[in-house]
Formats: sequence, C-alpha cells, structure tokens
Amino acid sequence: MAKTYQAGVKEYRETYWMPEYTPKDTDILACFKITPQPGVPREEAAAAVAAESSTGTWTTVWTDLLTDLDYYKGRAYAIEDVPGDDECYYAFVAYPIDLFEEGSVVNVFTSLVGNVFGFKAVRALRLEDVRFPIAYVMTCNGPPHGIQVERDKFNKYGRALLGCTIKPKLGLSAKNYGRAVYECLRGGLDLTKDDENVNSQPFMRWRNRFEFVMDAIHKAERETGERKGHYLNVTAPTPDEMFKRAEFAKELGAPIIMHDYLTGGFCANTGLAQWCRDNGILLHIHRAMHAVLDRHPRHGIHFRVLAKALRLSGGDHLHSGTVVGKLEGDREATLGWVDLMRDSYIKEDRTRGIFFDQDWGSMPGMFPVASGGIHVWHMPALVTIFGDDACLQFGGGTLGHPWGNAAGAAANRVALEACVEDRNRNGAEGLEKRGGDVLRSAAKNSPELAAAMETWKEIKFEFDTVDKLDVAHK
Amino acid sequence: MSEMQDYASRLSDPASRKFETFSYLPELSQDAIRAQVQYICDKGWNPAIEHVEPENAFDHYWYMWKLPMFGETDVDRILSEAEACHKANPNHHVRLVGYDNYAQSQGTAMVIFRGPIKT
Repeated sequence: MAKTYQAGVKEYRETYWMPEYTPKDTDILACFKITPQPGVPREEAAAAVAAESSTGTWTTVWTDLLTDLDYYKGRAYAIEDVPGDDECYYAFVAYPIDLFEEGSVVNVFTSLVGNVFGFKAVRALRLEDVRFPIAYVMTCNGPPHGIQVERDKFNKYGRALLGCTIKPKLGLSAKNYGRAVYECLRGGLDLTKDDENVNSQPFMRWRNRFEFVMDAIHKAERETGERKGHYLNVTAPTPDEMFKRAEFAKELGAPIIMHDYLTGGFCANTGLAQWCRDNGILLHIHRAMHAVLDRHPRHGIHFRVLAKALRLSGGDHLHSGTVVGKLEGDREATLGWVDLMRDSYIKEDRTRGIFFDQDWGSMPGMFPVASGGIHVWHMPALVTIFGDDACLQFGGGTLGHPWGNAAGAAANRVALEACVEDRNRNGAEGLEKRGGDVLRSAAKNSPELAAAMETWKEIKFEFDTVDKLDVAHK
Repeated sequence: MSEMQDYASRLSDPASRKFETFSYLPELSQDAIRAQVQYICDKGWNPAIEHVEPENAFDHYWYMWKLPMFGETDVDRILSEAEACHKANPNHHVRLVGYDNYAQSQGTAMVIFRGPIKT
C-alpha cells in the first residue's frame, strides 16, 4: 500500500529500531557504544544513531516518499549491556551495502562516523567495531603487496623484520641522517624509518634525504649481503606533492615508502596504495592522530576499526602498539587487532574485543609494526606476542646503544635470532620465562648484546592502560 | 660498563657478509640443526635444500638440491639430504628451507652449512 506524506517529527524508533531484523550477509554491520543523554530510552538513542548515520534527518520530508526508504535505511537491530559500565550500552546497526560507494573507505566513514558523532541525544559515542562483508571487501584495492610478497622481495623468512626509527625526530641534516640509517642497516637491521613528522622541513628537504638514504641502503646491502630498506615518508601537503615524492623514490630504486594515513587522509592513502601496487613499491603506514580518535573508552573510533579501514584503503605495514613498551595498548585487545591485520578470517571473540566475524577473502595481510620504547630485554615477550609476521622497531633501543647504531642493531638482531632459535627448539610456551637465560647465553658470543643488556636492564614501562577491554568489574 | 668497541664490518672483508636468519648467531650445532628440521616438520612445511657459492649469496635464486621433499617428515632423511648436498658442494652455503604451501611462501629459511669465505 502506498504511503502518504505527513509532515512533522516522528520518533526515530518507529522507523529505525528493528529488533526482529536478521542482518544480511551483504550488510555492513556496526557496533556503537552509546552514552545517552539522561531520559533518552535505549531504543530511541540506538535508532537515532542508525538514522543519522544512514538515511534519516530530524523531521519527515516529502522527498522520503520518492524512494524506498525501507530498503535503504540503517537498522538498529540489537542492544546489549556493556560489561562493567552501567551508563553505556552497545547498539548494533545494519546498513545495506548499497549505501556505500564501492572501494571507498572515505564514503563509509563519512556515513558511520559523520554527523552522528555530534548528535545531541547522545552524550558520547564510540564506534567499537565494523563488519565489512566480503562483497564490500572485494571492491577495495587493499594492501599493495602484503606480507608474503614483502618477505619474498626482502628475502626475510622465519623471523620478524627488524626496524628502527631514526632519531632525533627533527633537526638532522640529510647527510647526517643518511649516516644514522647506514649505521643501523650495516649492523643488522632490515629496515629503518623516517619519523612521522619528517616531511620536508627547511633543515632537511625531502629530495636530499631520499638521495642520501638510498646511498646508505646500497652500501649497507653490499657490505652485509642482505636486502635492506628505509621507509621514505612521502606524506605531503597536497596529493600532487605526495605523488611527486613517490615518483622520485621509485626513480632512485627505493623498495618501500611511507604515509601517515590519518593526518594525510583516506583519499590520499587509497590513491597512494593503488600507485604502490602499480609501481611495485611497498607501503609502510604510520598512524599519527590515532590516539585522539581511539583512546577514550566512551567516545571516538576504536583502533580495531581504524586498522580494518586501513587494510581496505591499503598499506603493507601498520603500527599496532607493542603491549610491552612505552605506548598504550591492552594485551588481549592488541592481539585482537593484530589478527585483524594479518589473518584472512577472524572469528567474533569478545575476550579480544572482536564483535563480528570478519572475512577478508584473498585480500593480503599487513605486517603489524611494534614500535615505541622497546629494547633487547623485551625481545622474548615480543617474539611470543607477535610471532614472525611482525616488524619490531627499536628506535632508542638501537640508537641509544653506548657504542652506537651498528652495535645497537647487531644486539637486536642477535637477540631476535636467539629467541627464534629457542622458540623453534623448545616451543613458544615458556619463552618469556626462559628469555633471560636465552639472552644471557647469546650475549656470550655478542659483546654488542651484552652491552645493550647492561644499558637497559632496569627500564620498564608499567603504567595502567587507559582504554581497557570492557569486562565486568563487579 | 664495558669499553667501547669498533663495529668491525668492511666492504673489503667477505667475512662481513651475512645470509639472513640465524647468520648473526654462531654456526648451529648438529643438535641445533636437528631441532630446526623437527620444527619445520611439526609446522607441516615442506623441507627443501638449496646451495650457492658464498660470493653469490645475495641472489634470490640459489641452486636447488634435487626437489623439495614434499610431505617428508623423517628428520634423519632430511638431514641426510642436507649432508649429501654439503658433501657434493663443500665450498657452498647450504640452506634449509621450509615451504609453506598455504601461505604460498617460505615459512622459514636458514643456512645450516656455511661455505668457507674466500678472502
């Protein structure tokens, strides 16, 4: 029966709360954590979120009747308590796939985390997880190359990759910067990294940096007989400038470049990832600004959603947190999003904060990058937590070695190989306990490792995590 | 704190060349090699042996010793092939590979016999 037009304001739940709805395999599903304004019923707030992130506006409009809104609308289909927090609840919303442009993380985010986050009826709102149906995944380009291709290109098997961010973050000249890169790579690291805020400042313009860094890579490769790389940061003020820098990196034969996907934006990132696929260059992704979005437990976007969005937009590496270093990250939650970065199918698992099954089909996985305040004593834990498919980055833990970068790099490499050798022989279980003995024994043949162990033996970062998984505390 | 040491690595010294996983550790003992072979078998990977002149170790493709031992789980058999390769090519690096056919990549790879470095 045809509908008739009645002007005025309807309660959202009349249209957008559908507890009887069974989500389709092709729907995009979202889990929001809602902190409502006092007096707003749960169903109404959930329906409001569904409406404002899809087809709805605050009042009825006559043009609603020119389309089939029942087909296009987002549907709030379930509400659940948040363990340990009585003020909030989870609302589950299903969106028909036709609401989103194919292959556009930009478009998905504009809807799901757009106006709705400023909506007055909710005091705070957090996007906890999103299920991207395989039908949507297949429309995205994804990581330019993925873990296996990177291993083949760099010839690194059976262990994690080792990296280092060059410090100080800002202020080095290009030639001195290249020196720091060369020292790290000749000592045994696989990769070094531009810090995220190294772009093209007056003290070091990008072109000079690229040239000196490539010289460092080539010499370290001839000297060690191993394949090396440095993430040349092409993050730039405009897309044209970004591609100009990427083209020059390619001209110099750089194996890998780098982009900051949140400050640079998904539009630039998706374009650059496509370019990297076309040009055979690996893409390292930094996540500056993520903690602004993901750290507050009641408002923003959870990092697991940002990680999924990056896998769709494209990147071969993504920073994941270390669990053990200086930066925030709950262990189980981190393991959850590390799986979301690497695996092809991830089951719902609330103990790791995963709200939906996620099928990536044949989309390649990304290396999680563990970086921030880690040193040789963390190696047994890092090998246990991350396994081989990770990039472990020791910045201060390489450059801060009392004998310099090359010795610091060698110390890390020996520590990693000793831990992997022991794990393969005695199993991953118990490696963290055996770790001290494994390192002390390896240090007998490596004065560099012995000196590193002496330098950092007392350094720990034991602060409580701010954003914990939601678990009952009563 | 121990006294600062120079990092002795030189372009002019072929002994400075490394060859990826475990090349920063001392040469693996027979017992340690056996444990690594067992690890490859336990992972369900397909063992394979490759070798190359040390001066050509940077190349992606080394010489295959016969074919990968698909489905082989007998550690002694795998070790005896590695030793046969080493005996036939005493001046080469000999590499043990575990092919992971699900990841379509190498699960691990390591040099288990190190060829003499010409200086």
